[in-house]
Amino acid sequence: MNINLTIIGQAIAFFIFVVFCMKYVWPPITAALAERKKKIAEGLDAADRAERDLQLAQEKATENMRKGKEEAAAIIEQANKRANQIIEEAKDKAVEEAGRVKAAATAELEQEVNQARETLRGQVATLALAGAEKILEASIDEKAHAKLVEKLAAEL
Amino acid sequence: MASEGGTLTSSEYISHHLTNLTFGKLPEGVSRYDGSVVGEGGTWTFAHGAEAADMGFWAINVDTMGWSIVLGVLFTWLFSKVAKSATSGVPGSTQNFVETIIEFVDDNVKSIFHHKNPMIAPLSLTIFVWIFLMNTMDLIPVDWIPFIASEMGIPYMKVVPTTDINATAGMALSVFALIVFYSIKQKGLGGFLAELSFQPLGKWMLPFNLFLELVGLFAKPISLALRLFGNMYAGEMIFILIALLPFWAQWVLSVPWAIFHILVITLQAFIFMVLTIVYMAMAYDHH
Repeated sequence: MNINLTIIGQAIAFFIFVVFCMKYVWPPITAALAERKKKIAEGLDAADRAERDLQLAQEKATENMRKGKEEAAAIIEQANKRANQIIEEAKDKAVEEAGRVKAAATAELEQEVNQARETLRGQVATLALAGAEKILEASIDEKAHAKLVEKLAAEL
Repeated sequence: MASEGGTLTSSEYISHHLTNLTFGKLPEGVSRYDGSVVGEGGTWTFAHGAEAADMGFWAINVDTMGWSIVLGVLFTWLFSKVAKSATSGVPGSTQNFVETIIEFVDDNVKSIFHHKNPMIAPLSLTIFVWIFLMNTMDLIPVDWIPFIASEMGIPYMKVVPTTDINATAGMALSVFALIVFYSIKQKGLGGFLAELSFQPLGKWMLPFNLFLELVGLFAKPISLALRLFGNMYAGEMIFILIALLPFWAQWVLSVPWAIFHILVITLQAFIFMVLTIVYMAMAYDHH
């Protein structure tokens, strides 16, 4: 246990190791550590942001869905309304058409009735004359009695 | 037990295990272990037994230097390898291990030292890991490496560098030099001297202050060196004493002591590091 040159040798070795450590060991490793710390912080940040984004997106989706449903309901309502309207219109049109057809038929009927009546009237006059001729067995002055027969026919 | 022929007595065994492999110059006229006398001009050789004392200061403990440099290179190799391929992505197991140590050291530095200095953290890391590795040599069974060495013809081999006062004092003195350097750099030479002279009792008690502060200043490296050296030397001594027991009984004591020693090893490395940081912080702070 003698103090000798070893003490200086140790100091020199120590110095060299410290300098080496200071140059080639400490800076790269602490830099890597700092870098990783930063990366982790960024990663956590990104995760937070993603979560927030997800929440926002979900809210948006819900909102959109609600809007869609509302719109669909509105469209259905409108469609129903429109359908009712169309039915009403069709009904009106049909009634109108039916009225027109009925009126036409009535007019034709009347016309035919009149025609029939005219025909009948003419024949009645002839028949009456014939009948009267037969009854009287004599010829009747057509001209004298025409007025009377016509009066009769008009009463028919 | 390691021996150079024949059996050793217990005290010879102990002192053999506590002797460094010292290379130096034996002065002229010294009688050597084998009875010969060193001739004119002295001789460069490895010391045997008590000859290291005759070599004086100009000798070197080859085993201390060798093992400490091997361990230091191991440390720098491992850490620089990781540093070269350090990724900020998912770390591998080695990188993870290295990062754990670095963060541990960094936390300690940041909690104690509040100034800007790019050297403190690497200095602390080197101190912690290097001393830890040197201390860890204590856990290798005490006879293994000395036995292999003696088979190879090397007479002495002390494998734990921190049980050599030269190693611990070398580091402590380096730390002391840094303390003085940064004190003067931060406060100026005048400020540093004023701090030594005018505290704690004001300028009228200058000699007393100076004495007190100088004792305090020099106590720092001495306590650093002796604390580490004393702990490791005592631990080593106990391992050696346990190794004197019959081989079938040694584990009863050596296993608990080794397990306890794991704590001592780490703790001493940690204390040396923390005290260094504290001393450096004190060098920066104005009192």
